[in-house]
Amino acid sequence: MPTSFWGWIVYLWKAYWPLLLKGAWTSLYISFLGTAIAFVIGLIVAVLRSTPDPSRQQPVRYWMVRALKFLLSAYVEVFRGTPLMVQAMVIYYGLMQYAHIRLPLFVASMVIVGLNTGAYMAEIMRSGIRSVDAGQREAAASLGMTHWQTMLCVVLPQAIRNVLPSVGNEVVVNVKDTSVLNVIAVSELYFVGKSASGTYLKFFEVYSIIAAMYLIITFGLSKLLEWVEKKMIGPENYELIRNEEEPGRE
Amino acid sequence: MSDALFRIEHLEKSFGTHEVLTDINFTVQSGQVISIIGVSGTGKSTLLRCINRLEEPTGGKIYFHDEDICGPHFDLNKYRAKVGMVFQQFNLFSNMTVLDNCVVGQTRVLKRSKSQAEEIARKYLKKVGMAEYQSAKPDQISGGMKQRVAIARTLSMDPEVILFDEPTSALDPELIGEVLDVMRDLAVNSGLTMLVVTHEMSFARELSDRVVFMENGSIVEDDSPSVIFENPKMPRTREFLNRMLAKH
Ligand SMILES: Nc1ncnc2c1ncn2[C@@H]1O[C@H](COP(=O)(O)OP(=O)(O)O)[C@@H](O)[C@H]1O
Ligand SMILES: [Mg+2]
Repeated sequence: MPTSFWGWIVYLWKAYWPLLLKGAWTSLYISFLGTAIAFVIGLIVAVLRSTPDPSRQQPVRYWMVRALKFLLSAYVEVFRGTPLMVQAMVIYYGLMQYAHIRLPLFVASMVIVGLNTGAYMAEIMRSGIRSVDAGQREAAASLGMTHWQTMLCVVLPQAIRNVLPSVGNEVVVNVKDTSVLNVIAVSELYFVGKSASGTYLKFFEVYSIIAAMYLIITFGLSKLLEWVEKKMIGPENYELIRNEEEPGRE
Repeated sequence: MSDALFRIEHLEKSFGTHEVLTDINFTVQSGQVISIIGVSGTGKSTLLRCINRLEEPTGGKIYFHDEDICGPHFDLNKYRAKVGMVFQQFNLFSNMTVLDNCVVGQTRVLKRSKSQAEEIARKYLKKVGMAEYQSAKPDQISGGMKQRVAIARTLSMDPEVILFDEPTSALDPELIGEVLDVMRDLAVNSGLTMLVVTHEMSFARELSDRVVFMENGSIVEDDSPSVIFENPKMPRTREFLNRMLAKH
């Protein structure tokens, strides 16, 4: 048996590295896929919440839209106002006890992370939509574009670009936050740590390894996202299109 | 019935309790170039914005070809496609290239094919001298260039009338000329109806068929440029013009 801290680190790594890497991979893909699902949820919620109310002359439509908007804001408030760990328990065991559905752990993770992050994403997207200059909408309206055409062609592309840093940040946050899924026995990185530390009772050493792994993942992801953002901003230059026969004025 | 393009009757607009337009009456015939002048805060922008219903009028009527634009079955988007608008702040779609700015309305609203729309867009970009820049993004070109593209975007919809809201006011002085040149060309050669809110007195005087002088949300005087500039009936018009012309 090793006697020093570093000795134990090496020993434990040799014993558990396949399990630890698998756990890290699980954390990573749950975060990515979960955030991707959340992005779609957030987008839909934000767009629906930003639709103008129909006129009161059409009472049925008016009240349906108002009711839908109320439900959407209730969703956002509930999921932002309660801890992820509690949501995991309520959703997973709630479905089991009352609907007799035992969700596969992968599906459960997606549902829980997707719904939870979706609520945050809805707010991020909403501020993204608000950040688009009103003049952009007015210009689209003045061309005769409908609300939905304006959203699709003009507002959302700009809003999404504006919120990309925050979306990336949600992925990074989720890498860490998915650790609470251990309460429903999803074998992500933290959960793996629990089983690994149990055998030799070397909690400090195992969790030092786990911490280092989280740090490597989140730091690497942040750098990767920075790079992607730079790419998305696009080229600095444009090409002049010269027309040989009839040159422009310039 | 009349053959007027626009007939505006007793138009009113308030924001809350703040009355911005009071009893506006005027008529626009097809092909007319009308300059609207007056100090800022007088309601000139609000008037233009009511005409394409970016603001909802709170009283009175606006008729386009004798049709009430606030009527219950009025097709607002179809109408807006025929009534172009050029904004003080250009408002080019910043997520699109110059060319796509001029294409999107044609394909989405007029349902033209992409290739046809691009051809038309290039024609008007060439007209405003921006054909070479079709692949540029708005934040890569100067204000004067942006405004010329915005004019091409509006022209690409083949509108009946274009509303210009101080198209040169946000521009550095050295860039105003290139935009005014385009507008002059439109005023003289295109046959388009133009409603131009402007502080460019030379444009109002030399190129418009009529000049409308507004003050505090009302039309004070509405006459030919020669009357307005040489023989205004209202002393307030004369005062305003003296101040404007003294500045230049
Ligand atoms: N959306 C708005 N809400 C409240 N007040 C407004 C709004 N738009 C314009 N106003 C007010 O209406 C008046 C006229 O504004 P505007 O039409 O922009 O004048 P102009 O174009 O002649 O400078 C101003 O007092 C302005 O503060
Ligand atoms: Mg104005």
